[in-house]
Amino acid sequence: MPDVALRKTLVYIEEVFHEGGPPAATPLLRGGVCAVIANPFAGRYVQDIAGFMEDLEPLGRGMAARLLAALGGDPALIEGYGKGAIIGEAGELEHGALWHVPGGYAMREALGDAKAIVPSTKKVGGPGARLDVPIMHINASYVRSHFDSLEIGIADAPRAGELLLALVMTTGPRIHARVGGLQAADIAEHDGLR
Amino acid sequence: MPPEIRKIVTIVEEVMQEGERQVAPPSRRAAAVAIIRNPFAGHYQDDLGPLIEIGEALGGLLAARAVAALGIEGAQVESYGKAAAVGADGELEHAAAILHPKFGAPFRKVLGTGAALIPSSKKRGGLGVPLDIPLGHTDAAFVRSHFDGMEVRIADAPRAAEIIVAVAIAASGRPHPRIGGLTKDQIIGADGLR
Repeated sequence: MPDVALRKTLVYIEEVFHEGGPPAATPLLRGGVCAVIANPFAGRYVQDIAGFMEDLEPLGRGMAARLLAALGGDPALIEGYGKGAIIGEAGELEHGALWHVPGGYAMREALGDAKAIVPSTKKVGGPGARLDVPIMHINASYVRSHFDSLEIGIADAPRAGELLLALVMTTGPRIHARVGGLQAADIAEHDGLR
Repeated sequence: MPPEIRKIVTIVEEVMQEGERQVAPPSRRAAAVAIIRNPFAGHYQDDLGPLIEIGEALGGLLAARAVAALGIEGAQVESYGKAAAVGADGELEHAAAILHPKFGAPFRKVLGTGAALIPSSKKRGGLGVPLDIPLGHTDAAFVRSHFDGMEVRIADAPRAAEIIVAVAIAASGRPHPRIGGLTKDQIIGADGLR
C-alpha cells in the first residue's frame, strides 16, 4: 500500500463560556484536528483498498495525541468524541470509509479504551466543504447531554485527489444541556450504550 | 467596558506540502477569535468609546492566545493581521471602533515587535460568514513574501447582536515565495514599511 502523503493539518479549538444562559463554572472545550492527505485511489476504481487502513494508523494516533494535547492533555477530561472524512471529487465515498478503523481506534486508545462507538459522517466535497461531525459520549452512546456536533472544514481542501480526515473531542455536555434523558452520572450497563 | 465573551476559538494550520513540493520546515499560522456581545446592536450610538476599550482588551488577549496556540515566543512571529465581522444588527463602524484606535498596542506588546501597520479587514455578516484575515510582515509592510491571508469561520457566529473579532499570526511567509520584491533579510527597519 502507498505511503501517507500529508499536505497540511489544522487544529481547531473552541472554548465556550455560555450560549445566552448562565456561564459555566468550567468552560466547555470542543476541538477538532484535520489532516489533508493524498488519496492514493483517486481517479480510478481500485478493488483492494482495505490495506490502506493499516497505513493510516500512525496518522490516526498522531492526530488523536495532537488534539488531546490541544485540549489540555488529560484524557480523563475528554467526555465526547466523533470522526469524519471529506473525499475530494476524484475519489469515492468508500475511500472515506477507510478512516473508520484507524481514526476510531486511535482515539479510543488515546482515551483509555473508551467503550462507545465513535459516531461518524462522511461525504464527497470540494475545497472549503464543511462537515458537521457528530459527537457522542465516549462510554455510553445514549447519554443525551453529550449529543453534539462540531463543524469543521478547510478553505483549500480537499482538492480533487485528496482526503480530509477529522477527529473531534469535547470536554463535557452541551453548554446549557437540559433536555433530560440518560445522564453521564447514571451510566450503569458499561456496554458502550447505557 | 470589558468584552462579554461567549466563546473563544483558536485555529492552528500547518502546511507540509504546497505545489507538489515539501515545505521544510512546515509553514505554521494561527488565528484566535472571540465572539462577543455587541452592546450597540439595534440602535445608533454616537459615542463608541466602550467598543474602543473592548478592542484594547481583545488585542492583548487574542494575541496571547494565538501565540500560545503556535507554541512559540512572541518575537518569533513574522506576520500578523486582524479582522472583525459584525452581526446583522450592528454597524461596520462598530468593527472599526474595536480594530483601529487601541487594538494594536497590546497586540504588539505581546509580540515585542510590530513597527508595521497591522493589515485588517471588516464586514457585516450572518452565522458562519467567512472572514479573510490579511497577513503582513510585522516589521516592514513591504516584505512581499509575507503578503498572505487566513480564512476563518465560526459556524454559529456572529448572531445578530454579536461581533467576531480575530487576529492571525504566522511564523513564516508563504510556502515557496518566488515573486521577488523586498525580502525579510533586506529589512531596514526605520519606518515600518521597508
